[in-house]
Amino acid sequence: MELTLAIAIGVLFGSGIWLILRPRSFQLITGLLLMSYAVNLFIFAMGRLWVDQAPITATADIDPAQFADPLPQGLVLTAIVIGFATTALYLVLMIGARGLSGSDHVDGEEPRE
Amino acid sequence: MSDLPWLQHLIIVPVLLPLLVGALLIPVDQKRHTLKFVLGFGSGLLLWGVALALLLLADREHWPQGIGVYLAANWSAPFGIALMVDRLSALMLLLTATIALAVLVFAAWRWDRVGVSFHSLFQFLLMGLNGAFLTNDLFNLFVFFEVMLAASYGLVLHGYNLRRIQAGMQYVPVNLVASLLFLIGVSLIYAAAGTLNITDLATRVATLGAQDAWLLQIGATVLALAFLTKGAMWPLGFWLPTTYASASAPVGAMLVLMTKVGVYALLRVWLAVFGDAAGTLGGFGFDALLLGGMVTLVFGAIGMLASQDGGRIAGYAAIISSGTLLVVIGHSGGAVLAAGLYYLLGSTLALAAFMLLIELAERIRPPGAALLAITMEAFAIEDKPEEPVGVGIPGTLAFLGLSFAACALVIAGMPPLSGFVAKFSLFHAMLDTAENAGSVAGTTWLLIALIVLGGLAAIIALTRLGVRTFWASGVLTPPRLQVSEAVPVGVLVLLCVLLTVRAEPVFGYLGRTADGLLHSAAYVDRVLGEPVVERARAGGLGR
Repeated sequence: MELTLAIAIGVLFGSGIWLILRPRSFQLITGLLLMSYAVNLFIFAMGRLWVDQAPITATADIDPAQFADPLPQGLVLTAIVIGFATTALYLVLMIGARGLSGSDHVDGEEPRE
Repeated sequence: MSDLPWLQHLIIVPVLLPLLVGALLIPVDQKRHTLKFVLGFGSGLLLWGVALALLLLADREHWPQGIGVYLAANWSAPFGIALMVDRLSALMLLLTATIALAVLVFAAWRWDRVGVSFHSLFQFLLMGLNGAFLTNDLFNLFVFFEVMLAASYGLVLHGYNLRRIQAGMQYVPVNLVASLLFLIGVSLIYAAAGTLNITDLATRVATLGAQDAWLLQIGATVLALAFLTKGAMWPLGFWLPTTYASASAPVGAMLVLMTKVGVYALLRVWLAVFGDAAGTLGGFGFDALLLGGMVTLVFGAIGMLASQDGGRIAGYAAIISSGTLLVVIGHSGGAVLAAGLYYLLGSTLALAAFMLLIELAERIRPPGAALLAITMEAFAIEDKPEEPVGVGIPGTLAFLGLSFAACALVIAGMPPLSGFVAKFSLFHAMLDTAENAGSVAGTTWLLIALIVLGGLAAIIALTRLGVRTFWASGVLTPPRLQVSEAVPVGVLVLLCVLLTVRAEPVFGYLGRTADGLLHSAAYVDRVLGEPVVERARAGGLGR
């Protein structure tokens, strides 16, 4: 399971890096999204991988080894919300740039040949 | 809650107040400029008062060892989020509030109405800044960074024109990627040490096994990359000059502060976690910071010489200032740290004043006016701010020239203003520590040479800009300045002068700050030992 997840995160992040180095803003935002998915999975994995374990319990005497770590779950939730909001903000900027400059190049103008 | 002394609640006011005021300002109609300004300015004044109170409380040791701790939601320290105020964070809060007040007054005449929601965004920016200075939790630091950045994305675009959008197209993705790095760093640190509380992390560093220590080092390095992107270390700072040059003047002045947040976070985390108490990991990364700071100094100096436009010169001056501070952190001796903090104060005030001043000085030259016209057109402004509503001041050129000269002196580090005092004491402290160690190392000489070189580049670039603007522009009619625009610049410049005249008490305070920062055991005592409020817990959670 670890290997599968590690490869998945690596592929997502790698594709993201390749895309954010591309010159078009659509490619850039796709890359940012892929990278943020990869990072979210990564945070989740940093609490170690658990299958079928509850993160929180109401009873007092428990064996912590039998429960998933709730903190990364909280962190990833926050990170998703924040990443989503800031990426949406960039989308607005992208549309504005497209409208004002008439080009979807990240420099706001087509490269000179 | 009622058991907690009310003074304790002052610690969370710098976060809550701007949040509430910012939210309150959103539904207020866009045309009610005066109401918006009064609310925003009132909040700024209160924040200034609270920051001053916190500074005095911290310095007079109202809390043991001058460290105040606020346990959010009454969770004890490593489990919940602890806000912490010490001399350094109180100082940064005061600096933020001072610059914020100046910027708000400056923006009141025209800039706050060239776009929507200036005042709300400004309050959220203050909330993010203050939170980043107060928090003692790495993930909470991320959240406040994001609040600050989200507000700054809006503010950088404020007065929507093509130039700002083009700058935003680079500024926003760079910071989004830096935020992702921040998250990776934080989660690696959590995986290695099992905690995100900075103080708790500091206690655990020394006891980590070899594999975990290795993981922690990777995590801390990735985290530092995120901080250094904000702090504009070479090669992570290429976004900065363009953003500075295209942002509107008031936003540019706030950007100066935001660049310092990266340096502050680095200082806070590194001194706490990789200080002397860290065992085998002690001193990790300091050499990299020293080297990075030196390269940044060179990059800033070259960039400054190559720039024509005032905004870009200010941007590179900010890079030089960041480079100097990184060198100070890398050097990490007590006396050097105090001198470095003094440098931070002076250079931040002077650069903020300079950002505001450039916009006023640009009015002497026609291109500035043309740029504003485009802004107005793109945003379809109904008010015509070209019709002056305020009072013009006499002796405009004399005022502009004098303020320009004062800012230039501080930025370049020439006598008689605070820049010189800062650099002099920095060199003095560096040579002193070196002498105690036996001999002056080659790197110390190189450092001093680079800082002097940065100053030289600043003098050349600023003199050239000054000559072009004031002597060679051939204006016969000086531009009209409003009192509300001149006063903030004047006050910031006067503060730089005051910092020079009253250097002794300031240095006394900064010396105590640096001493406190280097004694990490005090933080462990205070933060981890802060008791929760018993009665509130029994009343709130009883079942």
